[in-house]
Amino acid sequence: MDKQPVLDFATDFDHTDPAWVADPYPIMEDLRERCPIAHSNRYGGMWVPMLHEDVSAIANDTDHFTSRTVVVGAGRPTEEAPPAPIGVAPPISSDPPFHAIARRLMLPAFAPKPVNALEGFTRDLCSGLIDKMGDNEIVNAGVDYSQHIPVGLIAKMVGLPQDQGDLFRGFVHTILEGIDQPMEVRMEMFAPIEAYIIKVIEEHMENPQDDLTSFLIDAEIMGQKLEPSHIFGTMVLLIVAGIDTTWSAIGSSIWHLAKNPDDLARIVADPSLLPSAIEEFLRAYAPVTMARLVKEDFDFKGCPMKKDDWILLGFPAANRDPEFFDRADEVIIDRVENRHAAFGLGIHRCMGSNLARMEMKVAIGEFIKRFPKFELADPDAVTFSQGQVRGPRNLPIRILERA
Amino acid sequence: MKIHLTSEKCQGHGRCYSLASDLFDSDDLGNAVVLVTGELNADQLERATVAANNCPEYAIEIGA
Repeated sequence: MDKQPVLDFATDFDHTDPAWVADPYPIMEDLRERCPIAHSNRYGGMWVPMLHEDVSAIANDTDHFTSRTVVVGAGRPTEEAPPAPIGVAPPISSDPPFHAIARRLMLPAFAPKPVNALEGFTRDLCSGLIDKMGDNEIVNAGVDYSQHIPVGLIAKMVGLPQDQGDLFRGFVHTILEGIDQPMEVRMEMFAPIEAYIIKVIEEHMENPQDDLTSFLIDAEIMGQKLEPSHIFGTMVLLIVAGIDTTWSAIGSSIWHLAKNPDDLARIVADPSLLPSAIEEFLRAYAPVTMARLVKEDFDFKGCPMKKDDWILLGFPAANRDPEFFDRADEVIIDRVENRHAAFGLGIHRCMGSNLARMEMKVAIGEFIKRFPKFELADPDAVTFSQGQVRGPRNLPIRILERA
Repeated sequence: MKIHLTSEKCQGHGRCYSLASDLFDSDDLGNAVVLVTGELNADQLERATVAANNCPEYAIEIGA
């Protein structure tokens, strides 16, 4: 791909640049000091706030910023063609007032009670994955562990076969990581995803199940069944938003523990630290960056924003802002005050946050129970995803002790 | 001292009911509900303060 490397992130920001993908945190720190809102002419024009204060202000300002599309695409969006192939995926792509209606419909399925009922399933899934690793000295905590857990959960909740993980991960990759491909290519890549989801909906119409697909088919908003495009869009959302994100969060947590034996030993000795450690991993390694579009020309803190400019809404940057967090760049697993924004801020708070936390608690808990001591097998071999979801993909771990 | 929850600010991050499940609960949508509306004892006050200090939306205040 012929892409110019970024020389100055302040004026030519690109979140797919290899330097950002490899280690974004020093770049965030530099930008925060020099220029708290970076700009880029790439992607048709983009602004990137680095301070918690600005990320929070934009996330809460649905008058000036729309969620019409939340994944930055190759060009400027137009009214006719949604710019990202994800298309319309309610409620993440909805603005008020429809947003609240579409969201309210889905929230009960993600409340603590139904999510906690999936804990046993998750535990069996995780311990089965660890069993499969056998006695290998080196295991891949990305490829052989983290990536399978959210796929299993989402497949169960949505009502998809359990053995098609590669297919779903391929979908997610197309949507989230192919962002520097031209729009025609992305639309073409999206076609098989569309066909697959439509087939799942048709099968559920013939043979209803106790799952979210049948729930969406039966659901009504003010006495009306959902539009087929709404059902389809929400299914895309569940598959895309539920997989890469939690996979990244689990992977980043294991990556941290592999590099920090003291933190690992403390949690192994006192598992009651796990919940606060998870919140701290979510803060320090927040996987998800969202996007907004500027609704109309608008001056935000001296930045002359134009209609349809992208805003890259960096929750990971907000979570490292030293104005907002003490010792923001340190990972403190028993941090007492942690108002992190890993699940977003404002009306679009991640719908699956309870699910993500439950998966992290079980996945990390099972891993360290079975492997109380481990380290990175080869730090240079660890690779990170590019785009708006960040987490380790290749994560070779050397097991030093087994329980 | 009592717990004051501004429901309009709550977005259902769930930090409060995870941290202090005897003081806060979730409604059917995942939003916070206060379980102890009266005066807090010392132990409750400490944990309610931790919950308030972890709310990303500043929806919880502890006050008279």
